[in-house]
Amino acid sequence: MTKKSLWRRLADSGLLLPIVSLLLVMAVNIVFDIVSGNNPFNFFMVTLQHTTSNGNVLYGRIIDVLNRGSEAAILAIGMTLVVSSSAGTDISVGSVMSLCASFCCMLLAGYGVSSTSTLAVPLIVGVLGGILMGALCGTFNGTLVAYFGIQPMVATLILYSAARAIGLLLCNDLIVYIRNGSFAFFGSFLGPIPTPIVITAVCIVVMSLLLRKSALGMYIQSVGINPRASRISGLNSRRIIFITYVICGLFAGIAGIVASSRITSADSNNIGLYLEMDAILAVALGGNSLGGGRFNLAGSIIGAYTIQAITTTLYALGVSTTQAPVFKAVIVILIVAMQSEPVKSYMKKRRLARTAKEGGAV
Amino acid sequence: MEENVVLTARGITMTFPGVRALENVDFTLRRGEIHALMGENGAGKSTLIKCLTGINDFEAGEIHIAGIDGPVKNHSTRDAQSVGISTVYQEVNLCPNLSVAENLFIGREPMTAFHTIDRKAYNKRSQKIMDDLGISVDVTQNLENYSLAIQQMVAIARAVDMDCKVLILDEPTSSLDDEEVEKLFVLMRRLRDQGVGIIFVTHFLEQVYTVCDRITVLRDGHFVGEYPIAELPRVKLVAAMMGKNLDDLEEIGKDHTDNAASKELEISARGLSHTGTVKPFDLDIHKGEVVGVAGLLGSGRSELARAIYGADKASTGTLQVDGKTAKINQPIDAMHLGMGMLPDDRKAEGIIGDLSVRENMILALQAKQGMFKPLSRAKQEELVDEYIKLLQVKTAGKETLIKQLSGGNQQKVILGRWLITQPDFLILDEPTRGIDVGTKAEIQKLILKLAAEGKSILFISSEISEMLRTCSRMAIMRDGEKVDELDHDLTQESVMKAIAGGEQNND
Repeated sequence: MTKKSLWRRLADSGLLLPIVSLLLVMAVNIVFDIVSGNNPFNFFMVTLQHTTSNGNVLYGRIIDVLNRGSEAAILAIGMTLVVSSSAGTDISVGSVMSLCASFCCMLLAGYGVSSTSTLAVPLIVGVLGGILMGALCGTFNGTLVAYFGIQPMVATLILYSAARAIGLLLCNDLIVYIRNGSFAFFGSFLGPIPTPIVITAVCIVVMSLLLRKSALGMYIQSVGINPRASRISGLNSRRIIFITYVICGLFAGIAGIVASSRITSADSNNIGLYLEMDAILAVALGGNSLGGGRFNLAGSIIGAYTIQAITTTLYALGVSTTQAPVFKAVIVILIVAMQSEPVKSYMKKRRLARTAKEGGAV
Repeated sequence: MEENVVLTARGITMTFPGVRALENVDFTLRRGEIHALMGENGAGKSTLIKCLTGINDFEAGEIHIAGIDGPVKNHSTRDAQSVGISTVYQEVNLCPNLSVAENLFIGREPMTAFHTIDRKAYNKRSQKIMDDLGISVDVTQNLENYSLAIQQMVAIARAVDMDCKVLILDEPTSSLDDEEVEKLFVLMRRLRDQGVGIIFVTHFLEQVYTVCDRITVLRDGHFVGEYPIAELPRVKLVAAMMGKNLDDLEEIGKDHTDNAASKELEISARGLSHTGTVKPFDLDIHKGEVVGVAGLLGSGRSELARAIYGADKASTGTLQVDGKTAKINQPIDAMHLGMGMLPDDRKAEGIIGDLSVRENMILALQAKQGMFKPLSRAKQEELVDEYIKLLQVKTAGKETLIKQLSGGNQQKVILGRWLITQPDFLILDEPTRGIDVGTKAEIQKLILKLAAEGKSILFISSEISEMLRTCSRMAIMRDGEKVDELDHDLTQESVMKAIAGGEQNND
């Protein structure tokens, strides 16, 4: 009983494969470092480095993965809930990030101002405004999906194409620069730790607590598995689907602020570009079915960091930015195949055969 | 293989995680016979059938089929079809958005000389097939335009047309009304006379004795015996299925009228309706009373209940619950008024398949309490343990996914979901459909017990006999309208006559 505990528990929770995938990517780093004669654990090395602007800060490949993967991880939280409740994806999150960044910067700089070092409104107003804009976008998506019954892909396609343009409209077609140190905080460092890592951690903790301390998690899964039966059992299926889209939008807002803060500007055309795809991929890599129903938040987050780890690894290996997507694709194929049903059942059969041969009880 | 045997299975063994579903089971099917496969829920009927049709990968044993040397092992339903085994399930596995003809010929369409699909030919052939079977349909119409019964017939027609030697009918009659069942039996007998071996899985004992020639009984994954129908009277069959003698069904007496309901009204509906499904009706249900709703399938009996419960929001009329006027927009409103509803379509509206037994059971109570007042895990476990025991749910554990349970046990879990909410008024829509005899008796007893505790129950069933055993009053539905209410002289005959209406006589 005790012997099978950790391994079996991981396998039962569905986290085994996502973790193995992540470890695999890390193993590639180790092999690479050994081959090139570096310290084999270079990937995990964290050092304190002195910077002029932020003092002593943590530095290393793993820190880089955690830092750069923040936006995808934050988006993956909301995406997981949306996928679970509605068996669909919110493809607008990348564009919504951009809109939120634009709105936040517009508030901070004032309409029509392209560059400012003094804030037009208190920082908190701009930031909250940006996040609320995300929630507003989520409300729009959620209304279309939950109350109008429009397919998620179609409903979110609207903001996918429009949100960036709305952002440009808000910024009067300018790239707004906020040259004020306080705004840069969300993309730089809190003490020695990169702020995005802290923000992501807070997002994860808050969401986990909400799922654990309320029945929301069960409601979402129940509605995702069988909305009709859920309704008969007293759940308001539409409202629950709606809530997941609002949450998803909210997190897109937070991710937008982080992305914007990193470059201290609202670059409508580049913030969050293609990031919705990373978020969806993270959910899938996390072992979640895109068909909705049961979800595993931890899996999605591991998935998000796996994607970032792949990217960071490829750059470390010296693969050029233009070719990286090709290698990324190959790795993703491997990971997805590993989690596919035929491979899983083959592994299960082998395990059963092995235990049968050993004559031990299962 | 002996003469005129089409299929033999020997020593079939199959395990699921933690459960031995089949152990050394034998089965023999002869040419031109209708062979009933009987057993309680979880006895292994479906598992055995899935082994024959290649859905389950059994571990030990052999299957032989006439005309094929050596053991046959199917790995898919396609394999099974190629050796002449076709199956029609309770849930129709056809494409509702394709025409009847397309469904009949999907995957084997007749081709023209230019290798395009010969629509004319297959529409013509389809029409002939359906006409020959006495089913009046327009084969160019989409399947979804027809009743579930017709869809089932189409599924059978498809199987038959594929030259099957073995036709498996898994609970085909669960959703058919009497007339349709009779039609199906005519079809089955015709196929039998053509030499097809038919395996018939059903929970209706009546039907077994009407059409079957032979019975094989399974219990707890074991083979109990094979009997010619004449040698196994009903009582012995039930005894064989349950492994004991059972007079429980008779025991549920007529004395229920004694625990007569109080005069206090629990539910009082006036002019309630739902546009398109049920015309305005009045209905009173007293505290501690069991009221039945009888009618043919599609007569509006489920819709009447749904209008009360708010599953379909009432379009007109008023509803009083416990003397107070109630406004019900959706099920949760009804639940707050102390109602609960076990819907007739267990798969579509009952179970949350990928959630555990525990989650399924506490769902309604949790919904009633609200999202931010979660039941503690300890409280959940306590409730679930209590009701698993009370309802004798057979499950490997509380965390087992409900979809892994047999139909009857799933039903018990859903029943538990409602009992946990301590409802004052419980709607039970076909609670015993697809459930074995023993469980049926348990559920009927439970209904009487709840009524004795002062709860009101609206009981809907296709089996008039079980309503006669439990109800003190019956509402009769016909064509979406409540046409009558019987409160004395409740007999099979009087109810049938009321359902059939004045101009007809069903005897």
